[in-house]
Amino acid sequence: MADLSINFAGIKSPNPFWLASAPPTNSGAQVHRAFEHGWGGAVWKTIGAPVLNVSNRYGAWHYGGQKMLAINNVELISDRPLEDNLREIRDVKRHWPDRAVIVSAMVESTPEAWRDIVLRIEDTGADGIELNYGCPHGMSERGMGSAVGQVPEYCQQITGWVMDVAKIPVIVKLTPNVASVVPPARAALAAGANALSLINTINSIIGVDLDTLEITPSIGGKGGHGGYAGPAVKPIALHLLSSLGVDPVVKQSGVPISGMGGITTWKDAAEFLLLGATSLQVCTAVMHYGFRIIEDLCDGLSAWMDAKGFRTISEVVGQSLPRISDFNDFDLSFRAVARIDPDRCIRCNLCYVACNDAAHQCIDLVDGSGQVVPPFRYDVHSNGKHEAVSTRPRPVVRENDCVGCRLCYNVCPVEGCIEMVEVPSGRPSITWDQLTQARPEVGTDWEAMQRYREEVGIEIH
Amino acid sequence: MQIIKPEEVLSEYYPPLSDHEALVEANRCLYCYDAPCTHACPTHIDIPGFIKKIATGNLVGSARTILQANLMGATCARVCPVEELCEGACVLGAEHRPIMIGRLQRYATDYVYQRGIDVFKPGAPTGKKVAVIGAGPAGLTCAGELAKLGHSVTVFEKRALPNGLSTYGIIVLREPTEVALAEAEMVKRLGVEIRTQVELGRNLSWEEVRAGFDAVFLSVGLGAVPSLGVPGEELIVDGLGYIETSKMKPGALPVGREVVVVGAGNTAIDCATIAKRLGAERVTIVYRRTQKEMTAYPHEYEFAKKEGIEFRFLTQPVEVLSEGGRVTGLKCVRMQLGAPDASGRPAPKPLPGSEFVLSCDLVVKAIGQERPSLAKLLGLETEEGFIKVNDEYETNLPGVYAGGDCIRARGSASTVMAVQDGKLAAFAIHRRLAGSLGAAAD
Repeated sequence: MADLSINFAGIKSPNPFWLASAPPTNSGAQVHRAFEHGWGGAVWKTIGAPVLNVSNRYGAWHYGGQKMLAINNVELISDRPLEDNLREIRDVKRHWPDRAVIVSAMVESTPEAWRDIVLRIEDTGADGIELNYGCPHGMSERGMGSAVGQVPEYCQQITGWVMDVAKIPVIVKLTPNVASVVPPARAALAAGANALSLINTINSIIGVDLDTLEITPSIGGKGGHGGYAGPAVKPIALHLLSSLGVDPVVKQSGVPISGMGGITTWKDAAEFLLLGATSLQVCTAVMHYGFRIIEDLCDGLSAWMDAKGFRTISEVVGQSLPRISDFNDFDLSFRAVARIDPDRCIRCNLCYVACNDAAHQCIDLVDGSGQVVPPFRYDVHSNGKHEAVSTRPRPVVRENDCVGCRLCYNVCPVEGCIEMVEVPSGRPSITWDQLTQARPEVGTDWEAMQRYREEVGIEIH
Repeated sequence: MQIIKPEEVLSEYYPPLSDHEALVEANRCLYCYDAPCTHACPTHIDIPGFIKKIATGNLVGSARTILQANLMGATCARVCPVEELCEGACVLGAEHRPIMIGRLQRYATDYVYQRGIDVFKPGAPTGKKVAVIGAGPAGLTCAGELAKLGHSVTVFEKRALPNGLSTYGIIVLREPTEVALAEAEMVKRLGVEIRTQVELGRNLSWEEVRAGFDAVFLSVGLGAVPSLGVPGEELIVDGLGYIETSKMKPGALPVGREVVVVGAGNTAIDCATIAKRLGAERVTIVYRRTQKEMTAYPHEYEFAKKEGIEFRFLTQPVEVLSEGGRVTGLKCVRMQLGAPDASGRPAPKPLPGSEFVLSCDLVVKAIGQERPSLAKLLGLETEEGFIKVNDEYETNLPGVYAGGDCIRARGSASTVMAVQDGKLAAFAIHRRLAGSLGAAAD
């Protein structure tokens, strides 16, 4: 059995799954219950400046019958009295010495305010502090949250104030509402942060009510931007996580990263680990299904690690980072084509219409005698399942014309039906950088490009 | 003793889909391209299209997509043998379960009928007049499509109520009578005049029709249930009449303790089903061939067995036994299959000396219907007794078209096939009339 325990900048937990600083960690009772279910740690809902909340604070995006592919919220940091929070934090930590209890904090941007909150948190016995530089709504308008995270200088200055007094590990939580998370991350590290976490929520408007024309959700007739999270943001989170993982400054610092953004299943978790996260934070999935999801998160991750021969979490962390590259370094000679397994194909012909209308027109409909036929070719008098099924054409890829775009693979509803098969291109391996270094004109002159294509035998029609 | 209320035991078998069920099911549809369900549907409804519209919450648009291809979409949603048509062709059927296309279609069409929403408007008047003889599904469809194109249509119906077998011949378990009548009302609101209790050759002359209209569509259905030719035949109840009584006067329906239904088509199964549901202790279907040859759909056979109906194959009635005018039994003979007959099916032959008596107090026959008698009356060319039409649904009389069961020389008669006939005939009639108007035809 794989060992799921982690040591994150000195913060230990029996598994890498922490509840993110959010509504599920709003009170001691909730965190107690979460730990009873097996959560490895909890980042307490942000404490700090006094706030007032509103109703209808959570919106959600549903699609195709799936509820809550993403959630959006305008909930502020904890609206419970500071003393209550601190007392419950102390109590939880005393009861659960083996779990990670981290306290998220956000106060007005003065050294005194930060010094005060850090000392009060440390007094609870908590294992660490997370600096909330990410909240994109409500607090940012008051010069806190993402208003800090978006300006590297502020990040560095405030982190510096905290590091001056903090004796326990400090995690800086980054906002994704920036062109690049690297500058604020570097700023935090420059000020001595012990760890990073990302992503906080993404600015969003969830929708418009088509009956009332109000913004969804309507807060007394008004609505506005809120923080977006949940399964739909996972790819963005993975990208931002990996952008830290490949940044030389972050890499050299050796600080661990706590990854979050749409983690719902153990598969998501494994991907975050592979792209460099050491601990994993979860919120929306718990808001949807409750604390009980921890069981499969641990069970599934452990089984996968066993199957792959990973014994510890640290063996997994960052394993896929070396494969992060960018377009300029991709091998332009790599060629794959789509291949449809006729035995698995159910002839929904979604690949055909996608390829024909939206990609590269290289899938044909072929009838039983091997003839290419147009769609909708049956007679108006034709009917019945036997005729419809027996005369139904099947999609066939013209491999010579297939550019290997992978659209058909993505739309196919049958697992394992369409495969992207690597085929020899007959061309020597070369990247765009190598090509344009050797022949700069290829990148600026279409005629030069044509000559190059003819030389190496690339035909695009 | 248990009191059986006909309105309860005969009420529509499937409940309507709830909004949630419909949404979940609609979202399960893959939205196939050039979908096989659409091909398999005789009216070629854009099924993925209407299902997608349910998923997006465009229910009026969904109903319009259905009714555009099939004006009797509310009936077909209920009575179509979907297992043999759309659902039977669903790509999800092979490894999972097909989409509930029929029930989704009912969900969408019920939505507009229950709210009185008309999805079509009458066309701009062309001044052309068309007579439709028979207000069944073929006739109403043809009339409705022509009205959409602006023609003035009068439907002549011999019965008191319109919509033919949908009204009189389909058990409420499958389709409530109100659904059939609502479709006729919808056609009326397109400007079609439906004159009931008017029968060609009785209180309407052919000359009148020919002189008063620019084109005629014959959708007269089939004739009476044929005779079995056995002694005591007069004591046998006619199957279609039995179903009609179950719909119009369910309280007056004779229900025996032991009922025998002769024939193994879908009507026979319907008759047996209502007898069983109304309290008959034992209901037996007798059929002279085997399960393989019977015309009931496989899913109907399964349904009947679950209802507790028994089947006696290779059994042919030879005499209705009675005492004092009351049926006491049906004398039958065992059969064996011989060489193929004219229909291509093995001909059943009696096994000498194998007579036996099935004890019963009610015998119902549902052995098909006779060919339309009208053809001879009007001097129309026929094909195996059915009215002969060309590819344009035109008979040998120019301007006289026909469709529905009365032309069904090949294939099995069904509502949805009748609707397709009515629709295509309407387009053909329109082409003819538009030609004489000098306008471009559809």
